[in-house]
Amino acid sequence: MQKQRGSTKAVTSATQSVRSSMTSTPFTRALEHLGADQLVEYYRQMMLIRRFEEKCQEMYTRSKIGGFLHLYVGEEATGVGAISNLQPQDHVFTHYRDHGHAIARGLDINPLMAELFGKDTGCSRGMGGSMHFADITKNFWGGYAIVGSHLLLADGVALQCQMQKTNGVVMVFFGDGATNGGEFYESLNFAQLWKLPVVFVCENNLFAMGTPLEVHSSVTEIHRKANAFDMKSMRIDGNDLLGVREQVGEAVAYARSGKGPVLVEAMTYRFRGHSAQDTQKYRTKEDVEKHRSADPLEAYRKLLVEEEICPASRLDAIDVQIDAEVDASVEFADNSPVPGNEWLTDAGIYAAPLETLTVDPTLV
Amino acid sequence: MAILTVREALQQALHEAMQDERVFIIGEDIGHYGSTYGVTAGFLEKYGPERIRDAPIAEAGILGLATGAAMAGMRPIAEIMSVNFSLLAFDIIINHAAKIYSMFGGKFSVPLVMRTTNGWTQLSATHSQSFDAMFAYIPGLKVVAPATPADMKGMFRAAMADPDPVIFIEHTLMYGIKGEVPDGDYVVPIGKSVLAREGRHITVVTYSRMVHLSLQAAELLAQEGIEVEVVDLRTLRPLDMSIALESFKKTNHAVVVTEDWQSYGTSAEIATRLYEAGFDYLDAPIQRVNFREVPMPYAKNLEMQVVVTTERIVAAIKKVLNRS
Repeated sequence: MQKQRGSTKAVTSATQSVRSSMTSTPFTRALEHLGADQLVEYYRQMMLIRRFEEKCQEMYTRSKIGGFLHLYVGEEATGVGAISNLQPQDHVFTHYRDHGHAIARGLDINPLMAELFGKDTGCSRGMGGSMHFADITKNFWGGYAIVGSHLLLADGVALQCQMQKTNGVVMVFFGDGATNGGEFYESLNFAQLWKLPVVFVCENNLFAMGTPLEVHSSVTEIHRKANAFDMKSMRIDGNDLLGVREQVGEAVAYARSGKGPVLVEAMTYRFRGHSAQDTQKYRTKEDVEKHRSADPLEAYRKLLVEEEICPASRLDAIDVQIDAEVDASVEFADNSPVPGNEWLTDAGIYAAPLETLTVDPTLV
Repeated sequence: MAILTVREALQQALHEAMQDERVFIIGEDIGHYGSTYGVTAGFLEKYGPERIRDAPIAEAGILGLATGAAMAGMRPIAEIMSVNFSLLAFDIIINHAAKIYSMFGGKFSVPLVMRTTNGWTQLSATHSQSFDAMFAYIPGLKVVAPATPADMKGMFRAAMADPDPVIFIEHTLMYGIKGEVPDGDYVVPIGKSVLAREGRHITVVTYSRMVHLSLQAAELLAQEGIEVEVVDLRTLRPLDMSIALESFKKTNHAVVVTEDWQSYGTSAEIATRLYEAGFDYLDAPIQRVNFREVPMPYAKNLEMQVVVTTERIVAAIKKVLNRS
């Protein structure tokens, strides 16, 4: 209770400082519109992603998680800030580095960890793994592991929103490396041509896997690629949570109004390798350290404390709570059953399996 | 019961499908141009541009948007003008449409119908191919290739009702073929083969346009006292071999006729199924009649040597029966 009162007091004082100050910033506007508790909630989401990812790395090292593991560490502000603008009727598509977006969209981490462990209680029943988190109840349509092609699926869901007048917006995430293939250009053309409610969020982390931006793209300001389609676009600092929230919020409002899609280029950086097995020969330790010293999560925590939104002690308590949640997700995943062999039959492949389906050679 | 062409039967099926508000058609030149093979002629005028969506020449986009819309509850019909162009959409078809149901744990599916055409008429190498085997190879897809106007209508209805992605393969040389078509609500289930002609000496297993050539061959051979049984598979995945095997056990001889390349093609799978399940009934090696294995030449004299003809089917049947 003591902490709660302290927090309320901090809000009051910060609101007053907003009033007394003539400077309006994304921070002051967010505080005014959302209140201190919501700002703390964004911290909680970013930290939950961070700690979940760190636990994933640990579980991968212990061989509890197989396959590829692409961690979102360092890019949390983009996902949390962008998705914070979405409403329940909106939709999210993302790429194979999908853990952060799933958590930001509010997916429970227990089924996420269980998915990584290949368990029946996983969000995709243990069939998809790290790259294929989905939860249709949250219109989270999944991580897609073929670079760039999910942008077209996102257009398709946006077409459904438009045709059935759901007032929904589709937000689709992809990397800078996805903007050179044909499906990217097809998706932009369709979206602009038909004024589809799509917000394309390019997470420009400067590398297509291990190939630097200037080596893989003739145009390194990705947002300018929208110009070919007369599409609205913007380049933003993807590491500034409240800036991301505000600017992507404008893009979401624009798309929802029926004016058409927006391409957002969020400049960010991943602290870990492309995947858990990456030796990172394509960048120097100094480069990584430089970015780590500007950690968006640390920066945001500092902001909350210095602006007296929330005392450090309360943030510490949140961290402890998150650690417990993440540990519980490991326990949940460990104790969950593995998927059954029905997934190896046509009943696992088709929504409507037919009796005359494939002959199983082991049965002939 | 009315006598309709394949084109008219499909038009009827498409008009019926359009009664469902969730259905829309997306494809190249389906509206303003008036439809390449005439199937959707008049649809734009009747249903409007919102539901008859002329698409850019961007096949991945057409299939990608249709797949996404299907996931979200629409019932799209994606038209790929020629199956040759579908190669540009194979990523969407194979990596997404076919996988989404199982890869995301069966939580949502892709009720998509992709219409496309096989065919050739001096169109040369890139416009005369068949990729039936490539579609049928993919777990997660359902692949149908009906031969008659009635089956076109009835199987299209089944495809539209199906919650899984269905590849609906037509043929440019079949649109004018006529046949009886039941009126009104008529469904032919996916995954059920049918006997196209009864006979007792040899079984021809085939599908799509080759059904008609096989029936012509059977007619010619009947004059020589050879009674040919013709089985129309109708669906390539799931492949229903029950009627073909029943026939084979009776005739002990078989020819497989498919309009694609022989190596790794649909006839390889069909013949293998006959060998695996019917070995004890085999009186002679199975023969296959297919495209010659070359990129299709333009010159008419060469093209006619590549494609399957009635004469080649007759010759194969006689070879299996050891008749000259």
